[in-house]
Amino acid sequence: MRLSAENLVGERGGEPVFHDIGFALEAGRALLVTGPNGVGKSTLLRIVAGLLPAAAGTVRLAGGGEAWPDVAAASHYLGPHNAMKTTLTVGENLAFWRDFLGEPHLAVDEALEMVGLEMIAHLPFAYLSTGQRRRAAIARLLVSYRPVWLLDEPTSGLDAASAAQFAALMGAHLEDGGLIVAATHLPLGLDNATELVMGQGGKDG
Amino acid sequence: MLALYLRDVRVGVRAGGGALVGVVFFLAVVAVIPFGVGPDLNLLARIGPAVLWIGALLASLLGLERLFQLDREDGSLDLMVMAGERHLTALSVLVKCLAHWTASVLPLVAVTPLLGLFMNVAPAGLAAATATLLVGTPAIVFVGAVGAAVAVALPRGGLLVSVLILPLVIPILIFGVAAVRGAVADPDPFLPPFLILLALTLFFAVIGPLAAAVALRWSGD
Repeated sequence: MRLSAENLVGERGGEPVFHDIGFALEAGRALLVTGPNGVGKSTLLRIVAGLLPAAAGTVRLAGGGEAWPDVAAASHYLGPHNAMKTTLTVGENLAFWRDFLGEPHLAVDEALEMVGLEMIAHLPFAYLSTGQRRRAAIARLLVSYRPVWLLDEPTSGLDAASAAQFAALMGAHLEDGGLIVAATHLPLGLDNATELVMGQGGKDG
Repeated sequence: MLALYLRDVRVGVRAGGGALVGVVFFLAVVAVIPFGVGPDLNLLARIGPAVLWIGALLASLLGLERLFQLDREDGSLDLMVMAGERHLTALSVLVKCLAHWTASVLPLVAVTPLLGLFMNVAPAGLAAATATLLVGTPAIVFVGAVGAAVAVALPRGGLLVSVLILPLVIPILIFGVAAVRGAVADPDPFLPPFLILLALTLFFAVIGPLAAAVALRWSGD
């Protein structure tokens, strides 16, 4: 499986944010998108996810076969929000996403155990701290299988131990032949990840 | 899809009595009419069906703008749009509409017979009002979904949604009231307007979610 982008131009409200961004990612590899605030990292991720139209350029997923016809279908998107309902319990939230997203992977209990939240599955999501909410959102990546993970500041709000735990989860996903594109300011603890530095050379956002 | 329906109903029921707000508003609208028009029982009985329908219509507009806004704010909407390959976005919208209807509008239908008594509506009229609201209110939600999807990015979109969709729900109101009147006033027929109401609901059940899905697809930023 191969995820590639060519000559992407991103726009926000008619203003170009970045020009001529391209990358190619093979199965089992990770891409770290770094750069200062406002340079268009999140915009790039949303374009790759198909949530924003690209002003120019293409994003392609090759070798996905029938199961993964396009990037949106093959991707988990962990955005700035956690996509959980505050009135439902953690377990109910995850059970819903497991059902809705299809391709069930880990059971809800197992996924919560992987992120260290197995004791609080019965609590409403609203009771959780910022870091616990992020970990519950990370558990969503595990309950349903997608080969591509698009992560926008995945470790924001996580403490060092949880971040290390998440690095291990990402490592396991890459070993399985998954792909990761992560926009981040913090080192994610991934070995041999390619780095795409935005906002250098060319035009700054 | 069933999971989405159950989730939305659960959120609707648990999230601070959204249904109760609508019912209380409906009650308020219907309860003040007799004080306004005076204790003329014949007059009340004549305008009763229209008042019930207008009250239910306004009450079901409440909270409609939150249909997609909450999902947008917590990021769920992005995932639903991305899952479009697996679950057609229009179908997800339809299911969300049905869940919203179950949690917030069905209670209005349930209290209609009681509120009809306030208006001195005959028993046949009570039954007809409940039946017409039962088949007519889903259409309001389907039309409302289009307005809610268009205004999803606006922080105070509630009024805009109402203004956008009111012209489109007028036919539903007209045929709903006409059917109830047909059930109580003898020369007017009940069945033809009732069937047209049913047709409107089916029509908007297709058009509404499709249009809303397109609006949601291009609202992302």
